[in-house]
Amino acid sequence: MMAEIGLAALWLAAALAGLQLVAGSLALTARGAALGGAVRPVAMVQGLLALLAFACLIYVFSVSDLSVKLVALNSHSMKPLVYKIAGTWGNHEGSMLLWVTVMGVAGGFVALVERRLPERTMLATLAGQSFVSLGFYAFLLFASNPFERLSPVPAEGNGLNPLLQDLGLAFHPPTLYLGYVGLSIAFSFAIGALITSEVGPAFARAMRPWVLGAWIFLTVGIAAGSYWAYYELGWGGWWFWDPVENASLMPWLAATALLHSCSVLASRNALRAWTVMLGVVAFSMSMIGTFLVRSGILTSVHAFAVDPQRGTFILALLAIYIGGALILFGLRASSVTEGERFALVSREGALVFNNVMLSAILGIVLFGTLYPLVAETFGAKVSVGPPYFNPMGALFAVPMLVVLAVGPLLRWRRDRFARVGKNLVIPAMLVAAAAIGLLVIGGVALLPFLGLALALGLAWASLLPLKGRNLRRTPLPIWGMVTAHFGIAVALFGMSSESAFSVEKLVAVKIGEVTQVGPWGVKLDTVEPVAGPNWTALEARLLVRYGADGKVTRMLPQSRSFWAPPQQTSESALLTRWNGQLYAVLGGEAPAVDDKDEAKSAAGSDQGRWQLRLWWKPFVPLIWLGGLLIALGGALALAGHVLADLRRTIARSKIAYRRERQGR
Amino acid sequence: MAGSIKAKHQRLVLLAVALVVLIGAALLAAWALRNQASYFYVPSDIVARPPEPDRAVRLGGMVEKGSLKTAADGVTVDFVVQDGKARVPVTFRGIVPSLFVEGSGVVAEGRLGANGTFVADNLLAKHDENYVPREMQDMTKEQAKQVVAETQ
Repeated sequence: MMAEIGLAALWLAAALAGLQLVAGSLALTARGAALGGAVRPVAMVQGLLALLAFACLIYVFSVSDLSVKLVALNSHSMKPLVYKIAGTWGNHEGSMLLWVTVMGVAGGFVALVERRLPERTMLATLAGQSFVSLGFYAFLLFASNPFERLSPVPAEGNGLNPLLQDLGLAFHPPTLYLGYVGLSIAFSFAIGALITSEVGPAFARAMRPWVLGAWIFLTVGIAAGSYWAYYELGWGGWWFWDPVENASLMPWLAATALLHSCSVLASRNALRAWTVMLGVVAFSMSMIGTFLVRSGILTSVHAFAVDPQRGTFILALLAIYIGGALILFGLRASSVTEGERFALVSREGALVFNNVMLSAILGIVLFGTLYPLVAETFGAKVSVGPPYFNPMGALFAVPMLVVLAVGPLLRWRRDRFARVGKNLVIPAMLVAAAAIGLLVIGGVALLPFLGLALALGLAWASLLPLKGRNLRRTPLPIWGMVTAHFGIAVALFGMSSESAFSVEKLVAVKIGEVTQVGPWGVKLDTVEPVAGPNWTALEARLLVRYGADGKVTRMLPQSRSFWAPPQQTSESALLTRWNGQLYAVLGGEAPAVDDKDEAKSAAGSDQGRWQLRLWWKPFVPLIWLGGLLIALGGALALAGHVLADLRRTIARSKIAYRRERQGR
Repeated sequence: MAGSIKAKHQRLVLLAVALVVLIGAALLAAWALRNQASYFYVPSDIVARPPEPDRAVRLGGMVEKGSLKTAADGVTVDFVVQDGKARVPVTFRGIVPSLFVEGSGVVAEGRLGANGTFVADNLLAKHDENYVPREMQDMTKEQAKQVVAETQ
């Protein structure tokens, strides 16, 4: 029953999206102006219906209604409840439903609260939003219906990939989706503004909170995904340049550029066409990412199923939306008049540099991600990894980080380096000191060397905009900028330290044997079987000690076997200290070496050896701490802008109220 | 500011700068991709046309029955990957994936050493029904049946 309600709600929502598109478009013409009043309510109801459909799907998953095909394929009655719920979006159909739900709800929310823009621009924006939604509704209803029933009803479901049964991961996809789809609002605003040619500070101020919100979710989602890959895959790495990771990075890069160009447009009324272009590009990257992941054309842990028909459907949607938006941009960009001018050395100049570098990195990542697909059509099977992405990305990231230290100190419009130069003496000295220190230590590769040297100077420079300000009267957006930029320095330090100073140890040890990794002594105490709700495991007890006389701590890495579906995973154990993390993975029992040794061990003791993989990673948690600081900076800026808008609205309504009373 | 851009053309100049940088990035990317992409080989390819040493490549095939040996340190394994036409010895130091057994398919990431032994940094074995390396999907279609028949 719930499945049918969900399906009905989905069809109704799709129909309302159609109505929203027609009414919104007609309302822009002289004859259809009367329809304008219907657009906002329709958008809100459409959002509610999509939410209802998603709630129905969560319900059928949480009660394990196996007559629904999607549940039978992806869930299992023995799974803990939280993973049953997480299973709702841990598959293709459910995640696409989440996609349209977020789109519908975000569109409805915009319709509810956004009153700053001219009504014509709003109508065009909401029509644009429904046009995009409509395609995804069609995709769900015709090519991937999540509510399809199954007959006969199977006795048990197939289960969820054990790698995905992890609390952090349960909430990782919804976070990323809020980010991806939040950018659709920026896309629709850009379309609305192109149609009505109203691009100016008001447009940027209206768009900025939405971009910031989406960007915060993307940042948190990427940081969380990276941490998940770090501890769950048991490979010790935190970023693999996997296509799915790139799919989340590309919209983030575009959104970061958009955020900065938005602030130029809002404060200085410059970079008009460029901002609109970035609005289109950011959501296009979200859609390309979805296409790459969902179509199954790329191999990945995250790619749910290989289905060419769906791939073709999403490709067609991509062509319509991205192609359409670019054509619209080409036709209308000339009607967007040129904004205010500025000198090369100015805040705007620095932000333009940031935008161009971010776009270049975006291009590098996009090329590297698509190249294997292009090569395959010519018959060559290739994969592209860190040897390409790291140096090519750094080529543009390093100049950007240098400008990041200077840019926030510059004045709008026109400035001189001489004015800000003296502030930068300390950061420059920090960079030089770090560089000399690293040269003395020696043996650090070029990229981590650059990163470590830059990080300290950047951390100092990022705080300089607060200098000379009364901290209690500093506006929240300034605090946000400083926090986010400081977060970049922190994350950069963590990344560079991890790749420069990590120590790895791979050994096979007997029970009771002690091994050293970096400053740690690790003793294998016991290996024992343990059981969980839907798995059994071998659990090693490691007694570890930092330095010669540190406190002894226990670590419990596991090698788990799940039975639905049958699969083995390594549960790594992590021990965090202020200066880094110790990372332990339990492998299998090492087989007997050869005949002689076998005879010896059979005679001496029947103890086997266990494979252990250990890493000491100095300052690695700073990567994710930095990511969270970046997101926190975004949240502060968002709060600042929203509060300022609220104050303005309240002041305006007070003035109106007073006028009204005086008039009476 | 001396030498400042003639204000009238600022939009064009900005556009030109952005285009130059982006085209430069694209050209650099194309050049780097040619040099850094890691190619996929089956054993008969790698024997016929060996890649230059130290170039990262991937090798896919079946693990030959009876070839898997663990070295004295307990964490280094040596085995032979074959496709029915050619055999390549592989050495790997690390924890092998749980589904890595003799007779199963494997993709080894690494490089071909000067002595003809493939040094793997990472092994991908068939994980589960939902996660099969693409190269192995193709191989199961074209070669695996025959290969499995020959190795058994």
